[in-house]
Amino acid sequence: MLVHQLRFEQKLFWRSREAAVFVFVFPLLLYALLGSVYGDDIEGMPAVDVLLAGLFGYGAANTAFGGLAIILVGRRESGVLKRLRSTPLAPAAYLAAVLLSTLVTFGLQAAGLLLLGGLAFDASMPANWLGFAGAIVLGVACFAGLGLGAAALIRSAEGVSAVVNVVILPMAFLSGSFGPRRDFPPVLQAIADVLPLTYFLDVVDGVYLDGDSLFADPTALAVVLAWGAAGLVVALRWFGWMPRER
Amino acid sequence: MSNAIVVRDLTKRYGTVEALRGVSFSVAEGEVFGLLGPNGAGKTTTVEILEGYRDRDGGDAVVLGYDPGAAPRELRERIGVVLQQSELSPLLTVREMHQLFAGYYERPRDVDEIIGLVGLGEKRDARVKTLSGGQKRRLDLGVALVGDPDLVFLDEPTTGFDPAARRAAWEMIRSLRSLGTTILLTTHYLDEAQQLADRVAVLRDGLIVRQGTPAELIGDSRITEIRYRRDGELVVVESADPTRELHELTSTALREGFELEQLEVRRATLEDVYLELVDETEAAE
Repeated sequence: MLVHQLRFEQKLFWRSREAAVFVFVFPLLLYALLGSVYGDDIEGMPAVDVLLAGLFGYGAANTAFGGLAIILVGRRESGVLKRLRSTPLAPAAYLAAVLLSTLVTFGLQAAGLLLLGGLAFDASMPANWLGFAGAIVLGVACFAGLGLGAAALIRSAEGVSAVVNVVILPMAFLSGSFGPRRDFPPVLQAIADVLPLTYFLDVVDGVYLDGDSLFADPTALAVVLAWGAAGLVVALRWFGWMPRER
Repeated sequence: MSNAIVVRDLTKRYGTVEALRGVSFSVAEGEVFGLLGPNGAGKTTTVEILEGYRDRDGGDAVVLGYDPGAAPRELRERIGVVLQQSELSPLLTVREMHQLFAGYYERPRDVDEIIGLVGLGEKRDARVKTLSGGQKRRLDLGVALVGDPDLVFLDEPTTGFDPAARRAAWEMIRSLRSLGTTILLTTHYLDEAQQLADRVAVLRDGLIVRQGTPAELIGDSRITEIRYRRDGELVVVESADPTRELHELTSTALREGFELEQLEVRRATLEDVYLELVDETEAAE
């Protein structure tokens, strides 16, 4: 049942041009652009490496948080989830398939970033491959938790795209996805210091650039997981399968 | 014959609105049962409680031997649902959509057979988004049938159909019935209930105001209509005592020497009965 649903989730994702472009292509496109304009190095690191890590983080938020919230709110408000509820498909199996599909999509996106970086910019490959793979799972766990929470709170299929972008783009900017944040004024630094993406990027920098273990920075790891868990708690409390009454 | 559905004293309120105020009925296995009533009478609420979507506030409900409030997997395995409003993913083809749903059931029917049954054979490989409204409704029916259900819920299955599509849908529902499937149907079309349902319950304001076969319901009505034209103007007399009324009318006409042009005596149709039953509601709105 899980594999069956996963296959159809992937089919649906790649057939939906909006999702495939916005969710999958966008981070790759930004990497291509930023990688072409930034100078040689950022804070002593090759710029193309720092940006690759940054856009990997942005991609996690975009795919798992944005993509998931958009899919679920759209399906709930159009009645797809309601219709599924009267079939024998278990809700847990359904959600598991949707999450796995997100993981597959983000995994492919990460591979795309490495490929693009390696071929076009001569960017470094992960210093710790296993840790890098772990970061893919960690990113989906954190941001999918937040995506589920957002899907529970956003009640309008028309507004969901706008809402997630208003959250994701400033977050990615403040967390340093698109370039260094050392020259930010203190207020913005302070905001960045509570954002999940900031800590996720710390973990990614560790495994990708420094060859650290995924667990090298327990604080960062804990903050990332706490954000994901918070999203999950909101989802468990407020997520419904029925569309808003019309 | 045992019952597929038994409902006793079902109540449901939304805030201060009492949507159901003690609804009782039962549906025998293999029967087509029609819930008839104006918008807001409680048809969809009743059906959605039985489908497991809504909790009831009071009363008993048993569907195929299970409590629909708990909606166990065993029950969901055996029911098929056509919602009043529903949408399926526009990006899959008709065949893929049936395959997707077939994968949810333990013993699904053959996908191509179902597609043929609902008349979408030629649209097999068309994406859902390219289907017309009527074709989408047939797709809803197809995916409801793909799990080979014993009981099918059809919530206003032909709303928005043109007459030809409606007749085609009726044929489909009849063939379903001939296979022994139990069907609970809601509709506000009287001809639909009359054509399809073995028994009908008329809902008004959350209560069943009349229940029986369409023929019984019509037989219940004491109203007979006498129509004629006098000096070109249509006169309609509704009478509970038509023999006397007609006798007096014709006597007067003979005595005074005028003609009852286009004289017609008509027994109530289900529509008259229905309008009689829901009249109060309509007037109150």
